[in-house]
Amino acid sequence: MSVTEMFTYIQGFLSADQDVREDIRKVVQALEQTAREILTVLQSVHHPAGFRDIPSRCRRARELFSAVRTQVGELKTKFPVEQYYRFHEHWKFVLQRLTFLAAFVVYLESDSLVTREEVVKILGVEVDREKGFHLDVEDYLAGVLIMASELSRLAVNSVTAGDYGRPLRISNFINELDSGFRLLNLKNDPLRKRYDGLKYDVKKIEEVVYDLSIRGLAKEPEAGEDK
Amino acid sequence: MSEKEGEGCVRKRRTDSAQMLEAERRDANPPSAVISAFKVFQQELDTKHDKYERLVKISRDVTIESKRTIFLLHRVTSVPNMEDVLAEADVKLDCVQQKIGQIAEELKGEDLFQFHKAFTAGIQEYVEAASFQHFIRHRTLISLEEINARLVFIRDCEADTKDDTGRQASPVLTFQVTPTDYLLGVADLTGELMRMCISSVGNGDMDTPFQLGSFLREIHDGFSYIGNTGPYEVSKKLHTLRQSLAKVEDACYTLRVRGSEIPKHMLADVFTSRAAIMDPDEGVA
Repeated sequence: MSVTEMFTYIQGFLSADQDVREDIRKVVQALEQTAREILTVLQSVHHPAGFRDIPSRCRRARELFSAVRTQVGELKTKFPVEQYYRFHEHWKFVLQRLTFLAAFVVYLESDSLVTREEVVKILGVEVDREKGFHLDVEDYLAGVLIMASELSRLAVNSVTAGDYGRPLRISNFINELDSGFRLLNLKNDPLRKRYDGLKYDVKKIEEVVYDLSIRGLAKEPEAGEDK
Repeated sequence: MSEKEGEGCVRKRRTDSAQMLEAERRDANPPSAVISAFKVFQQELDTKHDKYERLVKISRDVTIESKRTIFLLHRVTSVPNMEDVLAEADVKLDCVQQKIGQIAEELKGEDLFQFHKAFTAGIQEYVEAASFQHFIRHRTLISLEEINARLVFIRDCEADTKDDTGRQASPVLTFQVTPTDYLLGVADLTGELMRMCISSVGNGDMDTPFQLGSFLREIHDGFSYIGNTGPYEVSKKLHTLRQSLAKVEDACYTLRVRGSEIPKHMLADVFTSRAAIMDPDEGVA
């Protein structure tokens, strides 16, 4: 094979690669749009009026997640499934955002941490790499960490709105999350960087709880958190 | 980690253990759902990181051995019998190929691109060494298929059927060099060719510089054809490539213009002094 032929072959490969990336980028843009819409729907929980209709907001978000599932389905058709990590960086960000949104919805509904199995069901992907387009465990964890900072904000705003019980529940939840993350041996990577921010969220929520308790406002009506 | 953070950790751990105890009291099931989920993640991440580290290690070995092979190959310009050196390089490259076999073993059933960063440097160096040897022997550019054809490994079948429970694994294991790695390896090759050109002049070899000159030009044209459609690293290497090409073209020019004037035994001096002037920016290559 001559040098020219060789380079022509490589060029062919490179332009095919670029075409695939272009296709992926288009779908990912649509996904990002949907993710922003869901975020807007959920942001209303921070408004004083929004606290009353959290369930309806969650329902609306769940509806929008069906659009996500179709878009993810489309994304799956754009490249061979065994090359997931070759193009991973294109959807990494949006998948983390979507995980965060799913986790946030589930938290608002049930006060619990979304499992990876639930997230993949909501997003219409798989858990295992072998089965197809999947959710990388690091992306899942990153999404959960984004939710932690959202919850620290929610704790502040729920006090403003007069809901004094919520910060305590959030505090318990975040503490549990924090001890979960401390089990992980993180390398010096983006996930580790994001995890380093978790302690500020924990601190923020502890401050809120402190403010409430010295003023005697921290009594849980159902006495669910300590006996 | 700062001292302050350390303190924070201790404090928090205490609240955690208190919480765990509380959970224990609540339902005789000590680890909460969250904790047990994170135990799974811990395992998953550790496995992944371990594999990554192993690959980095193999890749480093591949890099070192390939570099040594390249040094060895540079000796062909100064020894009388080229074949001896080439045979020795064959042995060394075989050794490198075995190492790449280990990479392939690690990647069995994995996504090649998930761990690509761990071994890309080693593979590029291998491409450089293999293509350098190929050029010295055949004066042509090794193709991607030829490189990949060398990276087919026959595994020990008996050992395999035992530890592979489910499906019958094929005894043949292959490693595919990605076109990008190949391209970057070839870009590095040009630096070696430039060095070879200068040193062959030093030995009074009047043909090799011209062969190298035209070969480098072909490669340069190839890279210009790809231009900036390739990955980002390619455009960086293109700059170094231009420098190498300029040096070789310069050398050919000098040979042509002054070769007939200067007595043969003084040619070497002319070039060693020229090479010394050009040396400073060679570190980039």
